[in-house]
Amino acid sequence: MVSANTELAYNSKIEGDVIVSRADAVINWIRTNSMWPMPMGLACCAIELMASAASRFDIARFGAEVMRFSPRQADVMIVAGTVTYKMASALRRIYDQMPDPKWVIAMGACASTGGMYRSYAVLQGVDRIVPVDVYVSGCPPRPEALLDALIKLQEKVRREPAFTRLHTA
Amino acid sequence: MTAADVTTALKEKFPQIAGRPSLDWPAFDVAPADISAVLKFLRDECAYDMLVDVTAIDAGTDKSPRFTVVWHLLSTTAHDYVRLAAACASDTEPAMPSAVGLWAGANWHERETYDMFGISFTGHPDLRRILMWEGYPYFPLRKEFPLAGIETELPDVEVAAETKAKVRPAPMMGGPFVTSSGEFGLGEAEPKAKDESWTERREKPE
Repeated sequence: MVSANTELAYNSKIEGDVIVSRADAVINWIRTNSMWPMPMGLACCAIELMASAASRFDIARFGAEVMRFSPRQADVMIVAGTVTYKMASALRRIYDQMPDPKWVIAMGACASTGGMYRSYAVLQGVDRIVPVDVYVSGCPPRPEALLDALIKLQEKVRREPAFTRLHTA
Repeated sequence: MTAADVTTALKEKFPQIAGRPSLDWPAFDVAPADISAVLKFLRDECAYDMLVDVTAIDAGTDKSPRFTVVWHLLSTTAHDYVRLAAACASDTEPAMPSAVGLWAGANWHERETYDMFGISFTGHPDLRRILMWEGYPYFPLRKEFPLAGIETELPDVEVAAETKAKVRPAPMMGGPFVTSSGEFGLGEAEPKAKDESWTERREKPE
């Protein structure tokens, strides 16, 4: 389909100066398109996380290239790697320090279920200590799989009512 | 040094050392009192300059001596390995001199051996657990410790109270996953559980 209109931007002469929309739609649009990750990169999945942030699989297309290592400035915690019981305490503390609204992506087999480490030292799934929104399977997942998870998280955020996230457990 | 050379050199300097049955590299049984001198001799005189591994063997609760510490040394110039083993004198409070004075890399190996077996290394600057947390009540690689683990509390009291999570035994799902050698197809030989009573290929038993 080819049209003569080559403009993609908002044109105030045509559309007017005021946009009317629902608050949910606007707030969720803001949240989805600037989802700043807190990369909890613990093991090999962190390398694939870095790869998805690099140029070939650019996570910046989705607004998520701002990897904030301070939990205070992050929206989504991407748990990428094996969580040992020793690390679990630190992970929960960092999750608690993130301000609402916050989400968690469990990246890879180890973060989702403990992975290949059915062991006395490995937490069998990070969902035992933090609430997880999206699980990504793979060992490690391809960067495209992580981007797919980010897209699914964005769709989930678009669907939810915007104001319930101000006070979660 | 070749196997024959190192054997003769060691026997000359330390006549009380015995050979240990070994399939690959020369191996020697040493008394704990001599081990520091033997390690130093091998590093300085015989050019075994790299400490590859420090680990231990638990022979079981009914054997005595129970714990044997094993060192693997490598000569990077001659490309030869040698193995040294020393049995700990005590079965309840095993201890061994530390090799940290000779190789700085022994630090974490000995911390791991302490964490997994409970063997203290005298002279170690910072002997604490490395994989499990301080205050973990068990030693995981001892023979009486089950493979999946034992239920305990999480190390951090506040996190344990908030999440109500515990350190639980890992789900074994039919046993440890081991390979079966001697199978023809790789699909059969790949690691699978010993008890496959319920898998995707077989119906769930009633």
